Amino acid sequence: MKSLAELEALRKSTLEKINLRKEDGDGARVVVGMATCGIAAGARPVLNAFMEEIAKRNLDNVTVTQTGCIGLCQYEPIVEIYTPGLEKVTYAKVKPEMVAQIVTEHIVNGKPCSQYTIGNVQK
Amino acid sequence: MELYRSHVLVCGGTGCTSSKSQLVMENMEKYIKEYNLDKEVKVVKTGCFGLCALGPVVVVYPEGAFYSMVTPEDTKEIVEEHLLKGRIVKRLLYSPTAEEDDIKSLNEVDFYKKQKRIALRNCGVINPEIIDEYIAFDGYKALGKVLTEMTPEQVVNEIKESGLRGRGGGGFPTGLKWDFTAKAVGDQKYVACNADEGDPGAFMDRSILEGDPHSVIEAMAIAAYAVGANQGYIYIRAEYPIAVKRLQIAIGQAREYGLLGKNIFGTDFCFDIDIRLGAGAFVCGEETALMTSIEGHRGEPRPRPPFPAVKGLFAKPTLLNNVETYANIPVIINNGAKWFAEIGTEKSKGTKVFALGGKIVNTGLVEIPMGTTLREIVEEIGGGIPNGKKFKAAQTGGPSGGCIPASLIDTPIDYDSLISIGAMMGSGGLIVMDETTCMVDIAKFFLEFTVDESCGKCAPCRIGTRRMLEILEKITSGKGEMEDIEKLKKLANGIKASALCGLGQTAPNPVLSTLRYFEDEYIAHVVDKKCPAGVCKDLLQYKINPELCKGCSLCARNCPVQAISGQVKSPFTIDPEKCIKCGVCASSCKFNAISKQ
Ligand SMILES: Cc1cc2nc3c(=O)[nH]c(=O)nc-3n(C[C@H](O)[C@H](O)[C@H](O)COP(=O)(O)O)c2cc1C
Repeated sequence: MKSLAELEALRKSTLEKINLRKEDGDGARVVVGMATCGIAAGARPVLNAFMEEIAKRNLDNVTVTQTGCIGLCQYEPIVEIYTPGLEKVTYAKVKPEMVAQIVTEHIVNGKPCSQYTIGNVQK
Repeated sequence: MELYRSHVLVCGGTGCTSSKSQLVMENMEKYIKEYNLDKEVKVVKTGCFGLCALGPVVVVYPEGAFYSMVTPEDTKEIVEEHLLKGRIVKRLLYSPTAEEDDIKSLNEVDFYKKQKRIALRNCGVINPEIIDEYIAFDGYKALGKVLTEMTPEQVVNEIKESGLRGRGGGGFPTGLKWDFTAKAVGDQKYVACNADEGDPGAFMDRSILEGDPHSVIEAMAIAAYAVGANQGYIYIRAEYPIAVKRLQIAIGQAREYGLLGKNIFGTDFCFDIDIRLGAGAFVCGEETALMTSIEGHRGEPRPRPPFPAVKGLFAKPTLLNNVETYANIPVIINNGAKWFAEIGTEKSKGTKVFALGGKIVNTGLVEIPMGTTLREIVEEIGGGIPNGKKFKAAQTGGPSGGCIPASLIDTPIDYDSLISIGAMMGSGGLIVMDETTCMVDIAKFFLEFTVDESCGKCAPCRIGTRRMLEILEKITSGKGEMEDIEKLKKLANGIKASALCGLGQTAPNPVLSTLRYFEDEYIAHVVDKKCPAGVCKDLLQYKINPELCKGCSLCARNCPVQAISGQVKSPFTIDPEKCIKCGVCASSCKFNAISKQ
């Protein structure tokens, strides 16, 4: 380590990996329903897809967590996304193929993918 | 380092380690692997979270779920339920954080709400054995800033303006000490860190070194730059094995990264640190004795002046600061002196870490802004006194300090307020006492400690404290006379005025302060031959109330010395000559017929 720039680079890259320990993180939160119903419907590959996509795009501040059953088992896998300044958006019957689009449009660009939200899937 | 969706932080501090946190961690890793979660979930060993009474502590992020008293057997459930299925294991949550269907942030819980963590900022957050994690939370940024943007004088001034005072007990202004050492003339200078921590019941410095060793290393490098030193020593007692090991790892990593060694950050500044182990003598925490010990001699103090800033280690100008003092330095440099000076009171800036112990619900480690009242610490942060007992007094400063009685519970905790009521800030031991504590007995306890720890070099300390202890033993065994109390006061003032070092000069404080606030208790021992708190065994008698005794003979059968006799179905009696006052009879009686008086 010979320069401040080197230190700063190391700081940033490590922070991305441990930022989720900060209680008052101001980034987006992806919550995947992972009760028995969610897992049976394929929630785990969806969760992994989110992790990969977020890592690929170096989105520090975004955390991926799980929750239990919210009572709409037939719509699993359900994913809720909380972003600062936007209402919570609930996606239903999410498949790994949709994840890249959701991350880009919703988390990065702030435009939820309305075609996948629970209101539209229900109809 | 990979990206994980969840981090499981397991406390690796000394408290939790002694309640099997290592096994908790191993089991956690085992089950995480079993469920194929090892690519998603990472287990991290951290330093102390502060709530030692509730260890082992496990915190799962990003939810921030705070699990307490986790046993190795509980780990499977946490992995299966929380990590696999996303269902928080309510049964194991630290109860104040458990809400209907969510978890309350730890910062809103009483124990943490009034705390402000500056010295402990990284404890329980980072893995102390991985330098990258320290760097991620702004580590070594202050050192970089100092070396590339500031002159040594500017650094000294920044510390002066912050108002930081020594956290090792004396409260001497840190900036001023740096200034003296910087201005001292010498071809070679040293910086040293006092990690001896001999105050019984105190574990602040230990926890900082276990949880965030790099903060002290970085601060020592900053100090070395400011005063013009190129070599540092950390003096730490060998009884702190985890802290020593993490320090060694941290120093090794800092060297590997070039943050210790030659030409740090490409500048001319060179600095390295070595560890010196102490054998665990209280007197070696005193600065001149500490340096004598580092030099390889028997740890005895010498008169001051000359002060270490002028003539310290190996007769060279030396800067000595306490662990917690150092831990504040990088934050002051990063956030600025002004930011720091806004925390605390007019003459006591910043925060202070206390090891909270004794008769208190939340035993553990707390960091509070200066000026917080004792009442806030005891009743809110500490969660009050267990078993519905009443608060009687608190002891700060350990064997050098004094007590704060219940009538002064609203005293703000800062250097000057504590001195004005005959107590002192001390290094951070805070022992809470309830109505079942005898103040004469407490004074005797601390004096026994100083008598043991006196190095014997000067007569007032070696002989004087021993005579004081003998008088206290006389009083607590019921043989005291009124003139003993006067003798105690006279001896105390004589020792304070004439002992060679701080150990002797402060040794009478626990006696003087208990006499100041609880003289009536001394008098009760001397005149009435009674111990009001029911502690001093020689002044107690166990008695059987004949009206309550049913003559079941259980007490007599349990008595280890056959002191109880009687006829079955009629009241029994205790022979005071044979009784050893162990209390077994009272706790075995089913009718509450036996009491101590
Ligand atoms: C008997 C005795 C024991 C002491 N023990 C300690 C100790 O364990 N740790 C400590 O930092 N200071 C201890 N001190 C205070 C040190 O002498 C010294 O004042 C302090 O380390 C200076 O650092 P500071 O200015 O950062 O507080 C002790 C003093 C005396 C008289």
